[in-house]
Amino acid sequence: MEYRLTTPVTKEDLAPLRAGDTVILSGIVYTARDAAHKRMMERLDKGEKLPFDLEGSAIYYVGPTPEKPGEIIGSAGPTTSGRMDAYSPRLLDLGQPIMIGKGKRNGEVKEAIRRNGAVYLAAVGGAGALMAASVQSVEIICWDDLGCEAVRKMEVKDFPLTVVIDSEGNDLYEQGPAEYKKSN
Amino acid sequence: MYNEPTKKEEVTTAMRTIAAERIRDTVAELCIRANRQLPDDIVKAIEAAGQEESWPTAKYTLEILQENMALAKERELPVCQDTGMACVFLELGQDVHVEGDLNEAIHEGVRRGYGEGYLRKSIVEDPLRRINTEDNTPAAITVHIVPGEVLKITVAPKGFGSENMSRLAMLKPADGVEGVKNFVYETVKIAGPNPCPPIVLGIGIGGSFDKVAALAKQALLRPLDQPNPDPYYAALEKELLEGINDLGIGPQGFGGKTTALGVSIETMATHVAGLPVAVNVSCHVTRRASAEL
Repeated sequence: MEYRLTTPVTKEDLAPLRAGDTVILSGIVYTARDAAHKRMMERLDKGEKLPFDLEGSAIYYVGPTPEKPGEIIGSAGPTTSGRMDAYSPRLLDLGQPIMIGKGKRNGEVKEAIRRNGAVYLAAVGGAGALMAASVQSVEIICWDDLGCEAVRKMEVKDFPLTVVIDSEGNDLYEQGPAEYKKSN
Repeated sequence: MYNEPTKKEEVTTAMRTIAAERIRDTVAELCIRANRQLPDDIVKAIEAAGQEESWPTAKYTLEILQENMALAKERELPVCQDTGMACVFLELGQDVHVEGDLNEAIHEGVRRGYGEGYLRKSIVEDPLRRINTEDNTPAAITVHIVPGEVLKITVAPKGFGSENMSRLAMLKPADGVEGVKNFVYETVKIAGPNPCPPIVLGIGIGGSFDKVAALAKQALLRPLDQPNPDPYYAALEKELLEGINDLGIGPQGFGGKTTALGVSIETMATHVAGLPVAVNVSCHVTRRASAEL
C-alpha cells in the first residue's frame, strides 16, 4: 500500500500503516543525529524546552553534505538509526510519532513504538542525491556548532519512505527476508 | 705486470622527483571524483543485480540506487552524504623521491578536496573527546613500497554505517575454512540492514592481528570483476558470495537475492598457531578512485 502523509501527523494517520508499505511524506521534518539527541536529553534533564515541538513531528536521522552555492542542500540520505536507540523511547513518550532512518532498532524502541502508536520509516540508505531531491528548503534552527549534525528544519515534498516498524511492532527487516526465503 | 684495479660496480642513484604539490592536487581531485562517481565495476554489478532480481521490492530498490547514481553524476553531488573517512593508499615506487612533505601533502589534498567538493566533514580529532576537525583531516594513509618510479594514489572514502559492522576474529587453525565461512556469514547476519546492502566484503585471512585488518581493507580496493588470482581463493570468493546471497537479507534489508555485490579475499602467511580473519564490510557505495604520477 502507498500512503501520502503530511506532517504534523496524528496517531490515527499512522494506525493503518503496515511494515512494507510506502509512505510519501510531505511537510516539515527535523534533522537530528547522535550529538543533537544527546543535547536534547540534556535539555529535558534540566527541564528546558526542545528546539522544536515533538507533537506530530518527524525526526530524520541525517547529516547532509554542504550545499553548493545556489543549492538548497547537498546529499541527504539516512544514517544508521540504531545509534539513536538510547534516546528515542523518551522522545516517543513525549509525543514524537515518526522516526526516519535506516537499519535495525532495539527491543526498547519497538516497545516504545507500540506503546505510543508511532512508526519507524526507512529512507533509502546510500541514495543521498536522490533523497535530497525531495527537499524544498532547509534552515538550521539549533546547535550550529555541530556542523552536519546541527538540527535543521527541512521542508520536504513527496519524500519516498518505507514503513519498517509499524505501530503494532511488525518489523520489515524480519518479515521481508522471511517472506523472500519462503517464496524460494 | 700491471693489474687494473677492479672497478667497483657503479651504483645508480637516479631518482624520479615528484613534487608534493602534485600529490596534494591529485588527492584533492580523487576525493571529489570518488565521492561523485562510483567505479565501473560497482555500477555494473548493481545493474546486473537489478536484472537478476525477481523479488519486486528488491528490484525496485536496486532501480532507486541506479537512479541515485545517475542523479549524483548529473548534478555533481556526492552519491552518499557520508563522504567517509579519506582512506588514502599509496603504491610508492622505490625510485621516487618526493620533494616536500608527503604526509602533509596528502592531508592538505583531503582538506582541499573535501572543501572544494562540498563533501561532508565527518572526522573528529579524538575518538573520545570528539571535536570535529571541520576539514575531514587527517587522512588514513597506507603506504606500500613497490619497485619502479611511479607513484599510484588511490583514495577510497569509507562510510561508517558499513565500517561499524566490520569484525575480526583470531580463529584456531582447527577451525579451518569452515570456521572462516561461518565467521563471514555470522558477520553478514549481524550486520543485516545496517551497512546499506547490497554490500561488498573485503576479507583478510592470515598474517597477524594488525595485518589481517589491513588485508581486509586492501581487498576492498580490488575491482569486483577481478577474482583472487589463486583459483582456491577465487572459488572461495564465489562460494561465499552465493552463500551470502542465499541469506535473503536483500537490498536495504527488505528481503531479496542481492545481499552482496562481491566478495574479495586477500591472504598472507601466518603463524602455526593462528588463523586470523577479518571482514571489512562496505556498502553499495564502495568508492575508490586512482591516479598514477
